Amino acid sequence: MSTFWKDNLPKLGQMSAAIAIFLAVLTVIFFIAGRANGKKQRPIAIVVFLGPALILLLFGLLGPAVRTFLLSFKGSASKHWVGFNNYHWLFTDPSMRIVLRNTVFWILLTPIITTGLGLLLAILLDRMRRESIAKSLIFMPMAISFVGASIVWEFVYKFANPDQPQIGLMSSIAHHLGFEPPNWLLTQPLNTFLLMVVFIWSQTGFAMVILSAAIKAVPADIMEASALDGAHGWRLFRGITFPMVRSTFIVVLATMVVATLKLFDIVRASTGGNFGTSVLANEMYSETFIRYDAGRGAAMAIVLFLLVVPVLVYNIINLRRERTIA
Amino acid sequence: MSLLTRNPANQKKASKLAEHNAGRKLFGSRPATIIVWLIAIVWTIPTLGLFATSFRPKAEISGTGWWNLFLHPHFTFANYSAIFSTSTVSGIPNGIMPYVINSFVITIPAVIFPITIATMAAYCLAWVKFRGSDLIFYGIFALQIVPIQVALVPLLNLFTGGVHIGSFTLVPALHIAGKFLGIWVPHTMFALPLAIYLLHNFISSLPRDLMEAANVDGASHFTIFRRIVLPLSVPAIAAFTIFQFLWVWNDLLVALTFTGGTEGIDPLNNKLAGLAGTWGSHWELLTSSAFVTILVPLIVFFSLQRYFVRGLLSGSVK
Repeated sequence: MSTFWKDNLPKLGQMSAAIAIFLAVLTVIFFIAGRANGKKQRPIAIVVFLGPALILLLFGLLGPAVRTFLLSFKGSASKHWVGFNNYHWLFTDPSMRIVLRNTVFWILLTPIITTGLGLLLAILLDRMRRESIAKSLIFMPMAISFVGASIVWEFVYKFANPDQPQIGLMSSIAHHLGFEPPNWLLTQPLNTFLLMVVFIWSQTGFAMVILSAAIKAVPADIMEASALDGAHGWRLFRGITFPMVRSTFIVVLATMVVATLKLFDIVRASTGGNFGTSVLANEMYSETFIRYDAGRGAAMAIVLFLLVVPVLVYNIINLRRERTIA
Repeated sequence: MSLLTRNPANQKKASKLAEHNAGRKLFGSRPATIIVWLIAIVWTIPTLGLFATSFRPKAEISGTGWWNLFLHPHFTFANYSAIFSTSTVSGIPNGIMPYVINSFVITIPAVIFPITIATMAAYCLAWVKFRGSDLIFYGIFALQIVPIQVALVPLLNLFTGGVHIGSFTLVPALHIAGKFLGIWVPHTMFALPLAIYLLHNFISSLPRDLMEAANVDGASHFTIFRRIVLPLSVPAIAAFTIFQFLWVWNDLLVALTFTGGTEGIDPLNNKLAGLAGTWGSHWELLTSSAFVTILVPLIVFFSLQRYFVRGLLSGSVK
């Protein structure tokens, strides 16, 4: 047996064992708990069904969130309380100002462009006779990791010195159009927008698929009736289609806002946050795991969370309304 | 959203209606087709560039643009045989195969664990209601939005040092950081809010009569769960499987944090991000590895695609 399999077979064994143990434990618990009857059955069922999830959420998300909140008021080694120092630094440090500016750019631009483009495609798809292949092609980037995506886009943005052939697509196009391409990813603030393009490219397909399903769910007779009434194109869209899919549009938009805020991989893998492209989520990683300042990192995580709170509140209000109607 | 399509039967009806209705497709179908195809082509070109580059000889990659592959065809499989060979490739022992295996070893349990636990919790919250169950549901929904970044450091501390309140040890040090278990557990934790929410929407829309009939027959919650809920929830489970598989396979942040750069368990994506730096001059190896990374989720996605919208929309789109 080659050393390769000697190294790697145990891993596969470990995986199979973990899955087998997990399922075996569940089966045994189900079997034992299923024998209980009478009054005890309900409480036992609740504990068995809900218990594992609640414990994992408590230790995995709720506890850590509280702890991060506390850490954000402590110094770099988490030993002393420093009050609002970390937050003060976050909002006043000149290098952080660029990070915050970029984050604001990202939130303002990418969700609306991605969702808008997704809606446009969904509407166009609705008018096509056959849609499957084009739809799949546009959706495909969503399955690609942001690390993969940044390598994909390297061949678009790649720049070579003018005396060498341009092997990046955009550089080559610029060259053939007769002007010398800049070094795209080093040019501020252009590079931030170029990274946004990667995000938009990756997520538009998701918005399109969801919105396309919502448009298909609009009752056909409503569309027909308004078409007979003479509503076409823009008027049909503004008067009928958009109001019918508005709630879906907003949910997709909210999803994109959250995804944008959490954005980490694109920046990390393409520029590493250098050349003025860093965003809050990336800087939080650098601060915590590279510069080892847990306090500042925690403060950034909390700011990220606070930025998402409005989206959260909006979603819960929506959810409650839907549940009471349904 | 869920208002329109809460019920899978309604959704089917709606899409049938849409097919029937040729009227709305009459206007502007040709320009629409042209614009969509133009966008589809623009959207595909970057990926095509990577794909083409991975089949080009090393010397040509840095000399000419990838589009030259189509102008002067000169294919080679050398890059792929290099990364799949089990000898040392440019300083990487055993090529990329060990990392491909790591990725599978990380991803498969990290999909199975949360889906199982979430389906159980979703069933409980939907059909075994108790005082406070709605509050718990909203709480879990809210946790969806906690950025993972918030949880990373405390969770890492939990794994290495346990939880102590004063001198009282609530949870002992688990010592699972740098092991596979140390990645499965965080992925499971982070997946639960979305999974429970999606599955809850689907499971709560299952027919009430069915559940009540089973109850009358004296079936326990465990029997109902196994015999009725699990089989009927397949579309939602499949939709979430796609989501979770893509998320774990493509994840960088969780892997970077919890493998702590342990060579033996690094997933492919993680390695690739590192190689982009060290293999910066080896474009032939980087592109072929990147294509392998992309190919696996694409296969999973296209094979389960038909469930994606169905399972997702029966709940909501979050």
